[in-house]
Amino acid sequence: MSTPNIRQGSLEIVDQEKIISRGSLYVAQAPLTAMMKWFWMILAIAVANPVLYLLSIGVGVGAFIDKSAGAAGIDGVKYLTFLAPALLATAAIQGAIDESVSPTLEGFNWWKNFLGMNATPISGNQIATGVFLASLVRVVGTVIIYWFVMLAFGALESSKAWLAIPTAVMAGVAFGSITQAIAGLLKDENMFFVIFNRFIMMPLFLFSGTFYPLTSMPIYLQWIGWISPLWHATELGRYLTYGHALTQTMAITHMVFLLTLLALGIFFSRRIFTMRLAK
Amino acid sequence: MSSPLITARGLTKKFDEFVAVDEINFDVARGESFGLLGPNGAGKSTTMRIIGATSQRTSGDLTILGIDPEKFGPQIRAHLGVVPQQDNLDMNLSVSENLYIYGRYFGLSRKFLKTKIEELLEFAQLEEKRNAKVESLSGGMKRRLTIARGLVSEPEILMLDEPTTGLDPQARHILWDRLFRLKEQGVTLVITTHFMDEAEQLCDRLVVMDKGKIMAEGSPVQLIKDYSTKEVLEIRFGSERNSEMADQLRGMCDRIEELPDRILLYSEDGEALLEKIYSAGLHPKTSLVRRSSLEDVFLRLTGRTLVD
Repeated sequence: MSTPNIRQGSLEIVDQEKIISRGSLYVAQAPLTAMMKWFWMILAIAVANPVLYLLSIGVGVGAFIDKSAGAAGIDGVKYLTFLAPALLATAAIQGAIDESVSPTLEGFNWWKNFLGMNATPISGNQIATGVFLASLVRVVGTVIIYWFVMLAFGALESSKAWLAIPTAVMAGVAFGSITQAIAGLLKDENMFFVIFNRFIMMPLFLFSGTFYPLTSMPIYLQWIGWISPLWHATELGRYLTYGHALTQTMAITHMVFLLTLLALGIFFSRRIFTMRLAK
Repeated sequence: MSSPLITARGLTKKFDEFVAVDEINFDVARGESFGLLGPNGAGKSTTMRIIGATSQRTSGDLTILGIDPEKFGPQIRAHLGVVPQQDNLDMNLSVSENLYIYGRYFGLSRKFLKTKIEELLEFAQLEEKRNAKVESLSGGMKRRLTIARGLVSEPEILMLDEPTTGLDPQARHILWDRLFRLKEQGVTLVITTHFMDEAEQLCDRLVVMDKGKIMAEGSPVQLIKDYSTKEVLEIRFGSERNSEMADQLRGMCDRIEELPDRILLYSEDGEALLEKIYSAGLHPKTSLVRRSSLEDVFLRLTGRTLVD
């Protein structure tokens, strides 16, 4: 579609090209500016969260488990090492949900600032992408900090361990993009995310092979892991941080699962945002 | 005369079976202050959202700045300043950050925005609140900030949806003064309101809307001339007697409207009419002679008052 010839008033200042190419970055700027105000708080949580979890469960509970497991260890390593990649992916997912759901509910339902954005040249697609990008920044930050805490705890044993950063980020934003799309559908969110956290997030966290290998669960519960992005990210993370046995086919399956989820999440977020704003 | 900035023909918007805007026609000329007057639910805000190139029309033709908003939404929105009914400010950000971020949505440069924000803070009388969180502002301040935000891109058309609803009288007058200045600068204003005094103060020309349709169109003065008399006599006999007295008063004046609490008598000379009523031996509890307003026009056109 060619750009129409609009009569110019005092408005040569509006740069259409720039809006089309960078609109979603402008959208991301608002939540990022808000995050910067809470920078020290966010940083403190990002550090305290892994320290507390790794210390209490990884080292604390791990001491008992390592004793009973003996020299064989859990999956051949200390419990702390086994547990850490799962917690890394969990933190990524939780961060992504926080940064995708709240801005979406604010934007559509609470403050309706998405309607304000959409009254400018910014499109629904750009708003959806912008919210996603801001959550991506937060997730990358969270995961990197988590990874360094894991390093400090001696939970990283492989030279490929750094690759657990992108896989955890991918799991986070894949999940976050789906919750962003769902949040975009909610007109009256009521208890939705309370229920979501209790009945979806909690079982995923507990039954995705987080605290023990998925295979040690009864087979009729293992499907929870198979559909859980957390399990797929955890499997990849364990392979990358300490060399957990993983076939090439399974590695590719995990990647494809997460990437598909991410693609669907972004596609539906953009679609839902655009349709809702055009009403 | 230059061609109109906005032209609507047979503009219609349906939500499923409900017809929110029903085949309306109007033009808005450059530099004009154009009003949509009507009660809540008349279809004003829906019309605004269609003109604002965010909501898609169901049928009819619409051109804004010579092009179709359905095909070129973002291009048109780049030239509009929109002040929605609800101040949809970003509550996470400060006053000046709200202006800055909003300016970025138009692709405006940092340098341009730096001076523009100063100008707008002064316009909105919010210089001292520049670093305040939006949450801490009063209703009037939030409204002024939303208007200032709408001006950040120096729009050709400023659209204001119920600009002073929910504000106290003092805040309203400050706002009217600001809007009047814009009008003097030649900014084209499109305003919706259900306050007749606001429409009279701010609009060069307006359409009266009810149930999605345009009932009448003209300048406030012309509408009053066409649909009402010069003066109105309001009298009260007490709610239980109003109806009975209204029958006796019929024929004494051009037109009579019976409201639950009072009777409105339309006449070119209110005082003379009141004399006549007294000489007929009728003694209302209270009486008031006033000039006709758009409220009377609306009552005449729809049989209902603007604010229920």
